[in-house]
Amino acid sequence: MKGHELTGGGIGAAVADEHAAWAPHESLLGWVASVDHKQIGIMYMVAAMVFFALGGIEALLLRIQLAVPHNNFLSPETFNELFTMHGTTMIFLVAMPLLTGFTVYAVPLMIGARDMAFPRLNALSFWLQVFGGVMLYFSFFTHGAPNAGWFSYAPLSENAYSFGSGQDYWILSLLVMGIGTVAGAINVIVTVATLRVPGMTMRRLPLFVWMTFVNSFLMLMALPVLNAAIVMLLIDRLLHAHFFTPASGGSALLWQHYFWGFGHPEVYIVILPAFGIISEIIPVFSRKPIFGHEFVAASTVAIAFLSFAVWAHHMFAVGLSPVANLFFAVTSMSIAVPTGVKIFNWTATLYGGQLRFTTAMKFAVAFLLMFTVGGLSGVSFAVVPIDWQLTDTYYLVAHLHYVFFGGTVLAAFAGTYYWFPKLTGRILSERLGTWHFWLTIIGLNLTFFVQHLLGMMGMPRRVFTYPDLPYWGGLNMVSTIGAFVLLFAVAIFLWNLRVSFAHGEEAGDNPWDAWTLEWATTSPPPVDNFTRVPPVRGRRPLWDLAHPELADELQRKAQ
Amino acid sequence: MLSRGKLAMILFIVSEANFFALLVIAYVYYHAMDSSGSTGAGALDVVTTGLYSICLFASSATLWAADLSLRRKQYQNLSLWLLATIALGAIFLFGQGREYARLFASGITISRDLFGTTLVTLTGFHGLHVFLGLCGLTTLAGLALRGRIREREAQAVEAVGLYWHFVDAVWVVIFGVVYLGSVL
Repeated sequence: MKGHELTGGGIGAAVADEHAAWAPHESLLGWVASVDHKQIGIMYMVAAMVFFALGGIEALLLRIQLAVPHNNFLSPETFNELFTMHGTTMIFLVAMPLLTGFTVYAVPLMIGARDMAFPRLNALSFWLQVFGGVMLYFSFFTHGAPNAGWFSYAPLSENAYSFGSGQDYWILSLLVMGIGTVAGAINVIVTVATLRVPGMTMRRLPLFVWMTFVNSFLMLMALPVLNAAIVMLLIDRLLHAHFFTPASGGSALLWQHYFWGFGHPEVYIVILPAFGIISEIIPVFSRKPIFGHEFVAASTVAIAFLSFAVWAHHMFAVGLSPVANLFFAVTSMSIAVPTGVKIFNWTATLYGGQLRFTTAMKFAVAFLLMFTVGGLSGVSFAVVPIDWQLTDTYYLVAHLHYVFFGGTVLAAFAGTYYWFPKLTGRILSERLGTWHFWLTIIGLNLTFFVQHLLGMMGMPRRVFTYPDLPYWGGLNMVSTIGAFVLLFAVAIFLWNLRVSFAHGEEAGDNPWDAWTLEWATTSPPPVDNFTRVPPVRGRRPLWDLAHPELADELQRKAQ
Repeated sequence: MLSRGKLAMILFIVSEANFFALLVIAYVYYHAMDSSGSTGAGALDVVTTGLYSICLFASSATLWAADLSLRRKQYQNLSLWLLATIALGAIFLFGQGREYARLFASGITISRDLFGTTLVTLTGFHGLHVFLGLCGLTTLAGLALRGRIREREAQAVEAVGLYWHFVDAVWVVIFGVVYLGSVL
């Protein structure tokens, strides 16, 4: 087999030395001191799962409180702390690090590299993330956790209304994690730009790599916006400055512009890598190349640009000018176009394919359906009068959970079933996987679908209890039952990880007969990833290798 | 082609530019809508700060000369130009310290009003970046004096250099918006 020596892949001598000095070994110190992208990727995912459990427990406590009207299970103060921590945890401590874990693990393998461009910076990003998360949770042991919601609207988040130190912990931990995220984004961009194996042109990049590459630019541009805003809030709180305090001339509205200037790109930051995962899985289990690769790739760039021009659709209710409302309504609706392009491409890839419904594929197809539900309710929010009616109701809660849970989380589950064999050398149990899948889908829809109805009936979000209005108690009970179904689903998932890790079926190098480079090496890969990287002459190097007479480039030229 | 270190520094500068953009926007936003009477902008000493600013701008030129010396393998000159850059940067920081002392003495502090808040935050973050740049330059100068900077380390010098020029460019914007803006 002709191939490239790995050192020919563009890795400098300095990285190789650094790498050899830290050859991973299976002791605790071997993990803590590791600069290996595979170990760091796995640690990202494990850390995200720990915080997923914490955020999930918070969600269950909230649902218990809301199960029946006039409930006194939680105090209003605790309720505020829990929904703030739940939102902050799920966005910053689960969605981002989980997707970063997939990225850091898979990107070097998929481009035929030995590691990230800056292995030590990679480790720094990870540990900043972990300690940022620990600092956030430490706030429970001080004067109480932050309680101003995950977007910390001023002046509620200012000294006059949040006098504990919880808000300060919120700011500091987000700042620490934000710095780590910027460093991580730089690392991914430089890795993809400089460490691709010869033959891996930008046009041949696997779509997961392409989307994380584009996503890194999004992080690079958006996270400094958050960092600047929270630094100003911190200066307000600790040095008694006046940025966001209307009482002394500051502007609460400026905080909203700043926060959503970050916040809307952020929701794409936690979905673009999920799109990437789906774009890898659907072709492999349809036995077809993805339909319209260029359109999927280009629409990602379109989403990235548009995501910076839609932030004020979070602010229709504050009374911006009609012109501003119109502008942001149009941009927000237009972002549905490139997203719709993707949905059509994935569906067209399924069409006429030889579908193999493994658990990974089931989650990927469910993603298409659930994410579309969230996307449709999202477009409805772009219509300003609908937004006025439904903003800050449970309709919004339903919308955001369909895109975060129905989108990001389902894609992360799909990615876990897809890549677990590569990570561990063993395949996750399909039997447990099927249980996990159906309980997740049932639980997801029970929990969140009824919230659309509650929202349209006028139930506001973030209320710790509610009056016994017609249907409210019943629908809320359904939602709470759904949340516990999700608890069982996640428990089965964790059990599956545990038993399959120990006793799962041996995976071999390429259990799914997939086409990207990570499947050309052993499972799990050796420290240096590859002994030889197969030649890359098209978008599906392993397909070309197995079917030289049907190679993608030949087919393309024949057309 | 760009070296990895240089590419990473360019990306870092892009993110930093975004960070400063928000601080500048906050300053301009409050300055434009200010209705609280005395803004304190008249208290700024444009001439003195302008003189110190020239030192900062000059430091970009000396750093450029340092880079040129490295390319020509004149390692003695490299150390000297780096030291000159550090000296000019330090003079600028000293000037900013004096300006702060004067402003604080006349009651213009970060907690006084929106002018103080936005001014001190903006110039303070810039000062912090100058300080971090000086740390980087001092490291390079120390290595250069011990003869540890050769062609292989050139990308480190280039990366720190890019950062320093960026910090300089940010000051061009701040000096223009804050200081020149106060007299125009």
